[in-house]
Amino acid sequence: MNVMDFDDALEQFDPVMGLEVHVELSTLSKMFCGCKTDFGGHPNTHVCPVCLGLPGALPVVNEKAVESAIRIGLALNCEIASWCRFARKNYFYPDMPKNFQTSQYDEPLCFNGYLDVDVVTDDGVKTFRIEIERAHMEEDTGKATHQGGQTGRIHGADYSLLDYNRAGIPLIEIVTKPITNTGKDAPLVAKAYVSALRDLLRALDVSDVRMEQGSLRCDVNLSLRKDETSEFGTRSETKNVNSLRSIERAVRYEISRQAAMLSGGQKIIQETRHWHEDTGETTSGRSKEEAEDYRYFPEPDLVPIAPSRQWVEDLRQTLPENPALRRTRLQSEWGISDHDMNSVISAGALDLVVLTIAVGVSHTAARKWWLGELSRTANERGIELGELPITPQHLAEIEVLIAAGTLNDKLARSVIDGIINAEGSVEAIIQNRNLTLVSDDSALLKAIDEALAASPDVVEKIQQGKLQAAGAIVGAVMKATGGQADAAKVKELLFQKLGVSEA
Amino acid sequence: MSELIRKTAVELAQLIASGEVSSEEVTRVHLERIREVDGDVHAFLYVDDSNALEAARQVDKNIQAGNLQSPLAGVPLALKDVLTMKDVPTTCGSKILEGWKPQYDSTVVTHLRNAGVIILGKTNMDEFAMGSSTEYSAYGPTRNPWDLTRIPGGSGGGSAASLAAFEAPLAIGTDTGGSIRQPAAVTGTVGVKPTYGGVSRYGLVALASSLDQAGPCTRSVMDAALLHQLIAGYDPMDSTSINSPVPDVVAAAKNQSIKGMKIGLVKQLGGEGYQAGVRERFDEVVALLGSLGAEVIEISCPSFEYALAAYYLILPSECSSNLAKFDGMRYGLRVGDDGKHSVEEVMSLSRAAGFGPEVKRRIMLGTFALSSGYYDAYYGSAQKVRTLIAKDFTDAFSHVDVLISPTAPTTAFKIGDKVDDPLAMYLNDVATIPVNLAGNCAMSIPIGLAKEDNLPVGLQIMAPVMADDRLYFLGAVIEAALEAQWGHRFIEKVPS
Repeated sequence: MNVMDFDDALEQFDPVMGLEVHVELSTLSKMFCGCKTDFGGHPNTHVCPVCLGLPGALPVVNEKAVESAIRIGLALNCEIASWCRFARKNYFYPDMPKNFQTSQYDEPLCFNGYLDVDVVTDDGVKTFRIEIERAHMEEDTGKATHQGGQTGRIHGADYSLLDYNRAGIPLIEIVTKPITNTGKDAPLVAKAYVSALRDLLRALDVSDVRMEQGSLRCDVNLSLRKDETSEFGTRSETKNVNSLRSIERAVRYEISRQAAMLSGGQKIIQETRHWHEDTGETTSGRSKEEAEDYRYFPEPDLVPIAPSRQWVEDLRQTLPENPALRRTRLQSEWGISDHDMNSVISAGALDLVVLTIAVGVSHTAARKWWLGELSRTANERGIELGELPITPQHLAEIEVLIAAGTLNDKLARSVIDGIINAEGSVEAIIQNRNLTLVSDDSALLKAIDEALAASPDVVEKIQQGKLQAAGAIVGAVMKATGGQADAAKVKELLFQKLGVSEA
Repeated sequence: MSELIRKTAVELAQLIASGEVSSEEVTRVHLERIREVDGDVHAFLYVDDSNALEAARQVDKNIQAGNLQSPLAGVPLALKDVLTMKDVPTTCGSKILEGWKPQYDSTVVTHLRNAGVIILGKTNMDEFAMGSSTEYSAYGPTRNPWDLTRIPGGSGGGSAASLAAFEAPLAIGTDTGGSIRQPAAVTGTVGVKPTYGGVSRYGLVALASSLDQAGPCTRSVMDAALLHQLIAGYDPMDSTSINSPVPDVVAAAKNQSIKGMKIGLVKQLGGEGYQAGVRERFDEVVALLGSLGAEVIEISCPSFEYALAAYYLILPSECSSNLAKFDGMRYGLRVGDDGKHSVEEVMSLSRAAGFGPEVKRRIMLGTFALSSGYYDAYYGSAQKVRTLIAKDFTDAFSHVDVLISPTAPTTAFKIGDKVDDPLAMYLNDVATIPVNLAGNCAMSIPIGLAKEDNLPVGLQIMAPVMADDRLYFLGAVIEAALEAQWGHRFIEKVPS
């Protein structure tokens, strides 16, 4: 595929984005029946006549799901409808037991909101207001696995396996209004929006928001126009872009691809595109020209939803702290600079740092661990920080051992390396990697003697009061013990031996 | 022929409760009757002999132990094949569901089981309840016991015919546009469409969700009241079910006087298009009501003129979506699964082979009516008409307690007469449809035979939402007055 350099593309065109995010709610039961919503059950075990759409079965709305939807709407500064209905979206597909999806159409529960998003750009931190068109309720479909084909898609498959465990799990679809005037920051804004949305949903405790498990899924709509005053161009709809990194990449790619087409005199056709994680490209899917007419009409099996204003206000009281205010509060509590705070945010480490502090680690240490090795490893692996197999509890355990003098900084890093490589518990890693400090004085003294013998001039310097020269000896001892010495202890023994004191 | 089969449900229930006759005996004679006549009548699609007898023996045991489950305990019943019953074939009169056995009981069936009512089997119907003659059943037509060359009405022709043929003293029907009342009218039986939301739809295979309602089919007003009371009530499994007390229909069915009752005669439901013999019988009842002390006035419901048109947009729209699930993927008929056809092709072939012409016609109508660009003109306008019809009812009920009309414009027509003329078939429901669109309740009771053909004529009583008791209040008095005139129960005139 012919693509234009990203910077060149932005010199010629202005991108307009629209993001559609599907969130699976973490209610205990499904949207319209009592079946469990647990992820990963044996296929077709969390099903009943209702979510299998058996003849005669009827849906009943899960009130908890409506409650979650309203809380999401309120957190996104939306208006909450005082009366709205579900609608049927009719199309035939085997993963949909009724061959229609119960969704909402022209009467969404939540509408007209916004989310302010801080984006760390080349020009510093900028705040973008992302306007929310609507947040509506619907049910998830089942899952079809296509067997025997080369692409894993239904076309060309020999047969398909259907699992209806997911069918009927409550979904909230959050749709933005067109996002304009983001220029070259468009990819970062898209990523930051979904990231902020994810943090918000996590704080609301309404969803697992696990992109890798599909409990948060994103569609990226993108079009280009000549400049910020011209009419919107024709958009592409890239489906299932399911990691924050991919969202940024997909926006970049679509800008470059569409720019190449437009500057080459070609037209953009409105179509669904598939995102390919491996190549970082999108490919053409179904053209919207042959798209189906969904024949929406109000769902006659369900009565309208009419949340009382009192209920809505009660739910407003349950909202967590506004994320932007929370960041300001934390920054002032920790007493750190804007720059340091931005590092925490852009690493996606804010919640992890907070959780780590909550289990007894200082904010300095918490930030040091999450922003250092762990951030780097997550980047290398192309995953989110939170997806590393290490928890705040692990870091707290390690900090306790450091404070007790059982581990030093170097050994602690080795323990962390062990954890993120799934080598077991902290204790097991210490044992297996043999990571205990040499605390045997005689062994340390022997190493000190050897180091002093090798550098007689250092003795002289120290005795003359140049205490910083001790560093060379300590270093030599650390080297001799394979890093497993407590540096403070070595220094103490050294000064004792030479009869000097630090005071 | 055992005398037991000619008794009302109330009489049978008393005999069973007192121990004079066992439920097993009553069930057995009805099963025998089915074997004897159903070859001609074809009211049943499935007879559940052994389970029915087993259930009857259990009721007998319970009664011996002093546990009478309900006022209808031990009485047999015929169930329309559109309601699910665990492990018993449910076809909805369609080939596409051939062989499907539901994994669950409908709420109506749960109520019947708990009440100790014995379910004899499943009755014939127009495919997915689309029709007014039972000729659109994929399993062949049901015949009217009054004249086997004639239709028993539809879609619930099987349930109504089973009563008139003395195969069952009780039956359950469903009414989307008249499918309980029109069969009741043409078979000389009693049928009630309760208020929408009065009886749970859970387990009722939907034709049009906003119109469908299950209700009692019987040979007397009191039998209907007792059955109505058993199956009605709030069901948390049906979101559209009404959460308020069921009107006391049994008490109302004991009423003996309509002095001072205000009865409205719907101007738009009568006159032209109504058979002379139907009009004649109806006019006699109107006169009778006056003589019984009721005040009868004519009421105009102008929007009723558009009811049929609105109905044939709303019903097909909902049905096109409700019937989408029948695609051969999960249950029922599957055609073309030979490894050479795509999933879309298998769905398409299965639906082409599994659905009959009337079902296809309505799915196409509905698909078109909901299409983008046509939605507002068709579905949208029809919904407005619906609101106007409901308003006509509200206005009418501010002047009168109930409304009456003939139930159907004609008596039972000949099998084959209208099967190729959909519009003529649809016109049969012109008087019954307004109630379904507005969601209120109605009853059909027999009022005599039409002079020209000696076939039953039905009268329709319509009452406001959740005022189902008024149907019984008036129905009981008309029934008693007419029986006093005739000197016998109406159903006794059916040829045996």
